[in-house]
Amino acid sequence: MFLKEIIVAMKTSTEPASRIVNVAGLDINIREAGEGKPLVILHRSTGYFEWDNFTNKLAESFHVIYPDLPGFGNSERPDWAREARDLSIIMAELLKVLDIKDVTLVGLGLGGFIAAELATMNQERLSNLILISAAGIKPETGEILDQMLIDHTEYVRQGFTEASHFVDLFGDAVHPDILDIWEFSRIMTARISWSPYMFNRRLPPLLNIITVPTLVIFGNNDTVIPYTVGQQFIDNLSNGQLEIIDGGGHLVEWEMPDKICALIVKHSH
Amino acid sequence: MLIGRFTERPYQDPSSGYFGATGRSIQDLSISNGEYNPQLGSELYNRYLDEQVSAEEAGFDAIMLNEHHSTPFCMGGTVNTEAAILARITDKVKIVINGNVLPIWDDPLWLAEELATIDMISKGRLVTGWVRGTGRESIAHNAPPPFNWERFQEAHDFIIKAWTTPGPFRWEGEHYDFRYVNPWMRPYQNPHPQIMIPGVVSKNTVKWAAEHRYPYLMLATRLEPTKASFDYYREVAHESGYEAGPQHLGYLFKVHVDETEELAYETGKKFLDGPGNIFLEGSRGTASPVLQNLPGLTDRKNLLPTGEIGFVAASRGRSAADVARENSSNESGSRNVRAAQTQATLADYDTQLENYTIISGTPKTVIPKIRHVLETLRPGTIFFWDGDGAMTHDDSMRSLRLMGSDVIPAVKEMAKELDLPGSFEIDTKTNEPYDPTPAIADVAGGGA
Repeated sequence: MFLKEIIVAMKTSTEPASRIVNVAGLDINIREAGEGKPLVILHRSTGYFEWDNFTNKLAESFHVIYPDLPGFGNSERPDWAREARDLSIIMAELLKVLDIKDVTLVGLGLGGFIAAELATMNQERLSNLILISAAGIKPETGEILDQMLIDHTEYVRQGFTEASHFVDLFGDAVHPDILDIWEFSRIMTARISWSPYMFNRRLPPLLNIITVPTLVIFGNNDTVIPYTVGQQFIDNLSNGQLEIIDGGGHLVEWEMPDKICALIVKHSH
Repeated sequence: MLIGRFTERPYQDPSSGYFGATGRSIQDLSISNGEYNPQLGSELYNRYLDEQVSAEEAGFDAIMLNEHHSTPFCMGGTVNTEAAILARITDKVKIVINGNVLPIWDDPLWLAEELATIDMISKGRLVTGWVRGTGRESIAHNAPPPFNWERFQEAHDFIIKAWTTPGPFRWEGEHYDFRYVNPWMRPYQNPHPQIMIPGVVSKNTVKWAAEHRYPYLMLATRLEPTKASFDYYREVAHESGYEAGPQHLGYLFKVHVDETEELAYETGKKFLDGPGNIFLEGSRGTASPVLQNLPGLTDRKNLLPTGEIGFVAASRGRSAADVARENSSNESGSRNVRAAQTQATLADYDTQLENYTIISGTPKTVIPKIRHVLETLRPGTIFFWDGDGAMTHDDSMRSLRLMGSDVIPAVKEMAKELDLPGSFEIDTKTNEPYDPTPAIADVAGGGA
């Protein structure tokens, strides 16, 4: 159930070293780069696919640890997992296995959902939490775009504010290997978030438990998750701060890596 | 041989653009039920029920119903309701449900109850077929596709137990939990209605059916790949320690009979008009590749030879990645080879008549063609798919009359000559002659 061949084929010279860590009996693949304060990124539902400007930039300021979430990429699938919270438990255990403290935990999209769940359960190893266009809460207005009903390419395209940004990254025709990663990722996404889709009604009432400083970032042009979900996070968090990026889309860290990195650095130091 | 009749009961709305192939595209799950007309629905449900009764009168051994959701090409969303009515208004025919979509039932105990009730009302005439369903069904009832196959198997095991083990008992499975299983109804047939497994694409399903010694029914697939899939069933049977015979194999194919060759030619064309099944060759509808390839729904390494046929593959079995690739290359105006291949398999009507995808003619020309199908595939169960697409009630009735007077008697003779026993002649579980008497006395003993 791994995509090793694909990942290997796609690795560029900028890909950082990766290794397998055993967590809760599962082989979890992590990538590491940079030095300094530990920063863990939890990827989006589309999965990790390359070390990009965003991660490169973060590695200038942090010891970046970027795992494949369980069941995604090269991390073993927990067959028993049925909801995002299950992956949160495994990721909390990863922090323990790596024995890292004072961690900046960055969650993107589905990864934000998992990061928020993690923090409600165990924030001892966290210094701060950063949720970027995060899922996890049922929008009060609008709906979360349902990737199960549309083509992968169309779904990812929706994440960009400019069609040209999508083409810059993926070209006119998305490489088959990347489509395979998206398709593979979607299986695990469906296993843990088919219904309800991308949120947990039992998360918001627990968000007040999170006392570490939490930065919630949304672009106000997000067409995947209504950006007003950002305010819903803030209304439930004890120590949250909202940053609305004017003109930002869902994949705001891909389109505005410098800006987002600057916010992360500022919030973490 | 068991000879049955089938129609998908299309929602034929003459006022809609998609009736009669007038150009409106029917993309799967893209039509709002805002345009559904219940008066028309009422007429159609009653018409189709009446036609099934006529099929019994014409001499068919079985009438077959199927289940799809949220689509105009099949009105059988609550197929058990139709089956229950037919159980009461018919007398002799087997009522074949091919099939209930097991994985979309969150409460399979309810299904066990419904089917047992139908079996009792029909006095033991129910044949129950179970399928995994397409992406449409998973979406329509929000069943998680990655667990489709697991839920299918567990629901099957659970229903069999609910039918055969005196309750109350507790069920705690991977996907279903019941604290008190003790349905106050049991199937009329002992130990339970015959189970038939229909399919098109999944190799897992054929293997599973063969391992359970259930008759496997191929649904309107082309002859050569169907033959290869039957070979696979026989292979698995052999590995499981028995020899599969015609009683284990069934085939559904389109057959229309009419009074003249000209009328048959024109009426047969209607298979391709109207809100026909989007999966079939020549259909004017288009399947949504995304929906047919929902995450984890089909193991793409486990496709039958039928799944390799272009149209089925593109719409149903292949990976969404393949289709997405094709889509994006179309946009850029290159790499459209696969699209061309898909188009090429959308054979036109004449080609479909030639390659046995559609058989339409007078009894004189139809009977030899049916013989060719039987000789090629050697099934013990066949269903004639008729009265579909844009066919009218009159079209259906002309065909039914000729089926009754000419075709069915001839095919029954043929089946004897070719030695093609059905699953009600040779017991698929034992390969011994089938005992047609439900052991009612034994059933009563179960609850003691």
